[in-house]
Amino acid sequence: MREKILSYIEKNSRVDLADLAVMLDMDETVIMNELEAMEHEGIICGYHTLINWDKAGVEKVTALIEVRVTPQRGMGFDKVAERIYNYPEVNSVYLISGGFDLMVTLEGKTLREISQFVSDKLSALDQVLSTKTNFILKKYKDHGTVMAAPTKDERIMMA
Amino acid sequence: MRDPLSKTITTIKPSGIRKFFDIVSEMDDAISLGVGEPDFDTPWHIRDEGIYSLEKGRTFYTSNAGLKELRVEIANYLDRRFGLNYHPEQEMLITVGGSEAIDIAMRAMLDPGDEVLIPQPSYVSYVPCAVLANGVPVIIELKAENEFRLTAEELEAAITPKTKLLVLPFPNNPTGSVMERKDLEAIAKVIEKYDLYVLSDEIYAELTYLEKHVSIASLPGMKERTILISGFSKSHAMTGWRLGYACGPAVIIKQMLKIHQFAIMCAPTTSQYAAVEAMKNGDADVAMMREEYNGRRRYLMKRFKDMGLECFEPFGAFYAFPCIKEFGMTSDEFATRLLNAKKVAVVPGAAFGDCGEGFLRISYAYSLDDLKEALDRVEEFITELRAEQS
Repeated sequence: MREKILSYIEKNSRVDLADLAVMLDMDETVIMNELEAMEHEGIICGYHTLINWDKAGVEKVTALIEVRVTPQRGMGFDKVAERIYNYPEVNSVYLISGGFDLMVTLEGKTLREISQFVSDKLSALDQVLSTKTNFILKKYKDHGTVMAAPTKDERIMMA
Repeated sequence: MRDPLSKTITTIKPSGIRKFFDIVSEMDDAISLGVGEPDFDTPWHIRDEGIYSLEKGRTFYTSNAGLKELRVEIANYLDRRFGLNYHPEQEMLITVGGSEAIDIAMRAMLDPGDEVLIPQPSYVSYVPCAVLANGVPVIIELKAENEFRLTAEELEAAITPKTKLLVLPFPNNPTGSVMERKDLEAIAKVIEKYDLYVLSDEIYAELTYLEKHVSIASLPGMKERTILISGFSKSHAMTGWRLGYACGPAVIIKQMLKIHQFAIMCAPTTSQYAAVEAMKNGDADVAMMREEYNGRRRYLMKRFKDMGLECFEPFGAFYAFPCIKEFGMTSDEFATRLLNAKKVAVVPGAAFGDCGEGFLRISYAYSLDDLKEALDRVEEFITELRAEQS
């Protein structure tokens, strides 16, 4: 049941709960209780909005930073990851298999702001061995959503 | 000059649905609940296979019956999903949509004067196809109180010594009605008793919401009497690819293949390659779409209930068939007024046979947002009508 609720609200967190109850053939209060429980349990971690900032005319720069770090005895990568993710300007931090260790995404207003963060804060951490900063030039698809204009319904009434 | 036309073709009326579409396409903020095809795009991995086949230069005819690989995959699929066993080489033919299969099955099976039983309301092509095959269409009027299912009594009452073929269009367009196993078992007895054949149009087989679809061909003794017609349009959102298939006794398929061979050659090659992928790796897409339609279906029924519009619960396809008899106008009038007043397009039930009069076909192959907006307008419309009439 939880999976059904989650897969719906993952696509549309603003869905009307009464409608959701009808669509899933469940009781509205059951859904409300489940949502609340899942918020408490940290299964639902937030209800964010997916914004195409380009279209909003707001300048934003996003960087994907590959970070190689030295893991620490007893806590592996967790401690250094924490030091990084605590910076509010950091959007996400993932531990990655492959050629580097952490993938850090960062959003800033300008290139300078990001490079300053990398040189002053990220690279300055003792455990950080190296960084490689990749700037995003264009977002085609984000969170499963294609960032293009909605398409027109071209279907015709046949039979 | 002599009349260039055949007498037969001039007796056939064009489909009544297009007229609404022509009005809708002229209106700016019109919303349609009228289309009869999925709103989903064909899943990308299927489209990608089509593109890949073009890149590889697979642009030649396939064998008349269709790619062998595809027929093998369809046989596997029919077994896996519906417990049907068809020989991919002797009992199967790939066609240009289910529509072609309907046409050539009738042409292969009917002699002049043979009667074809066609339950209505139903898809608009059965009657013309029967006429073009020199058959005599005999309409069975299904009833709302039976949820538009075909009963053994209705079937038996329509049979004459000339009856040869029964069209069985379930899950049904336009009513959304399904035939459950018990319903099929009841009519199977009659079919055997009167030695009839069945053209079972199961194009919506994947879209059922009560229990898994049961094919009449899976009932004892029925496979040898049934031409099963299906395709990829509704299940895999592949309408524009024009790809369907017919399965049935080898003696019938063999003759259908002749018509297909001379009239069509083969189904589109690109579509066939894409369909191989759909059969191999498409079950999850179908399940996802079914789940989505089911949610919208429940929403639609709730809204009808709230606005006091009488409608039996449809368990198949993506249509609901509400009754509008309380408003005292024809379904065509209702649909026209609704379109003009609220800019919502629906299809009058009468387009699917006289017994569809007094009903509307509402499609839920639309996003929830579109459904919501359209139903808000429908609700306004009927509220105004009721106020006018009281």
